[in-house]
Amino acid sequence: MIEVRNVFKHYGNVTALDDVSFTVNEGEIVGFLGPNGAGKSTMMNIVTGYLSSTSGEASVCGIDVLENPDEAKKKIGFLPEQPPLYREMKVSEYLNFVYELKKCTLNRKAHLDEIMAVTKIAGVKDRLIGNLSKGYRQRVGIAQALVGNPPVMIFDEPTVGLDPKQIIEIRNLIRNLGKNHTVVLSTHILPEVQSVCDRILIINEGRLIADEKTENVARAAASDRKYTVKVAGPRRDVLRELRALGGVRFAEDTGDGDADGAVFAVEAERGIDIRKQMFNMLAAKGWPIMELTPRGMSLEEVFVMITDEDERRRNAPERRAGKE
Amino acid sequence: MTAIYKRELRSYFSTPLGYVFSAVYLAVSGLLFALYTLRSSSSDVSSFASMMIFGFVALLPLLTMRSFSDEKRLRTDALLLTSPVSATGIVLGKYLASLTVFAGNLLLSCAYIIPLGKYAAEHSPISPARTFGCFFAMFLVGACFIAVGTFVSSLTESQVVAAVGTMAILFFFAGIALFNGMIDSYAIRTVLSWISLYSRFTNFTYGMFDFASLVYYLSFAAVFVFLTVRVTERRRWI
Repeated sequence: MIEVRNVFKHYGNVTALDDVSFTVNEGEIVGFLGPNGAGKSTMMNIVTGYLSSTSGEASVCGIDVLENPDEAKKKIGFLPEQPPLYREMKVSEYLNFVYELKKCTLNRKAHLDEIMAVTKIAGVKDRLIGNLSKGYRQRVGIAQALVGNPPVMIFDEPTVGLDPKQIIEIRNLIRNLGKNHTVVLSTHILPEVQSVCDRILIINEGRLIADEKTENVARAAASDRKYTVKVAGPRRDVLRELRALGGVRFAEDTGDGDADGAVFAVEAERGIDIRKQMFNMLAAKGWPIMELTPRGMSLEEVFVMITDEDERRRNAPERRAGKE
Repeated sequence: MTAIYKRELRSYFSTPLGYVFSAVYLAVSGLLFALYTLRSSSSDVSSFASMMIFGFVALLPLLTMRSFSDEKRLRTDALLLTSPVSATGIVLGKYLASLTVFAGNLLLSCAYIIPLGKYAAEHSPISPARTFGCFFAMFLVGACFIAVGTFVSSLTESQVVAAVGTMAILFFFAGIALFNGMIDSYAIRTVLSWISLYSRFTNFTYGMFDFASLVYYLSFAAVFVFLTVRVTERRRWI
């Protein structure tokens, strides 16, 4: 559905995208993951035809974005990083405007009513967009992308600035859209792609460094076991015993804590579950565990791991060649 | 294009801008009309028309300052540029919407002729050809000014910069005629009076249909509309 080949983008001396190629198949939900400034938005803007690449090709449904922009744009619903909303318009006026702008041919009233129902904005359709809360504006932005029922949806950071309940709603909405649309979304939040996407593209400093199924990334992220544990007991002794425990690679006093106990960071050796031993040991000492939280990997850690693996894979044949 | 045209037109009157512009336009034009016709006991509207051109220098930038700069500032241009509408369609939609608001006000101000006709009837009756010529020429000059304003607004994200920049450029085009007398060189004078929007005005005020000037005005507006289209397309390539 989406094909990007060898795309470069330079802003003056700055290279925003460096030889990016990927494909997105029909019906997939693909997540673009990367820290701020990695080139996620630039990539999406190029696919939607908002920006053009310095070199390389992008096509949507087999239509080249540069050669036949009007046809390609009809296939895409796009939610930019900042939803393109006119504050002085009412929600319904705005959606009608987008309907005309996109030259839709579907039954106008039924189509717009359906979109407003799906995005749950029917209740605010007669209010000015400028008076809506951030969450509602984001939904109107998503509604705008749905107008015309395009086969490809591109969402740039769709859940930014929303409260947790809204985030869950938007994620469910995207998951539902993914049943009969091709969806690409960008985010810098790892759990977000894990919960929504089938496949993850990790982009860093303009380069695509990983293209993996979500399960693989999730497995990789879970393989290193890190916990924060709050223990009611004397700090120094607890730390000493934790360090002495078999399977513990690393333990540290975080310095945090309250009347309940002191907080420690513990990391297990790869492939070993230390929770039982830790519980037994601390219980035996009479230092109860007040809290035990598995600490998921931060995005940076996943990056480091994936880039490391990537480099190891790339260097492996060379090393072998060097030995011979 | 029609979708953008309709939205722009509606947005003029769902924000205060359209009302403020109309109010100021009608007040200024009414005052100048009274001064240059009724107060000076003349049925000739040509001095009113030429004064209005300087009024346009101050007024019309207010109409166009927002057109592209606001879209860029609020990032709503992302919607327009990722929709199946050409850059030409976007620019024309916006240009024609601004032109419509201006033309509507101009048409309203035509009503001033009614009281003038009533008082002037005895001594110096109104010449329909000259009066029509004046208003038609005002429309042409306004169309040129709006094209310049739309262009300048496509260059910046700031409404203030767009308005002041447009005023400066318009003042240059309208003011050339004023400075022309101070220049000795015949060659420079000829060139300046040729590009002066103001000098091209006169034949219309005599009630003559000046085809060369009509072509000049239309191409002037077309050039700036074209430049705006280029700027809009270029935005993708930055």
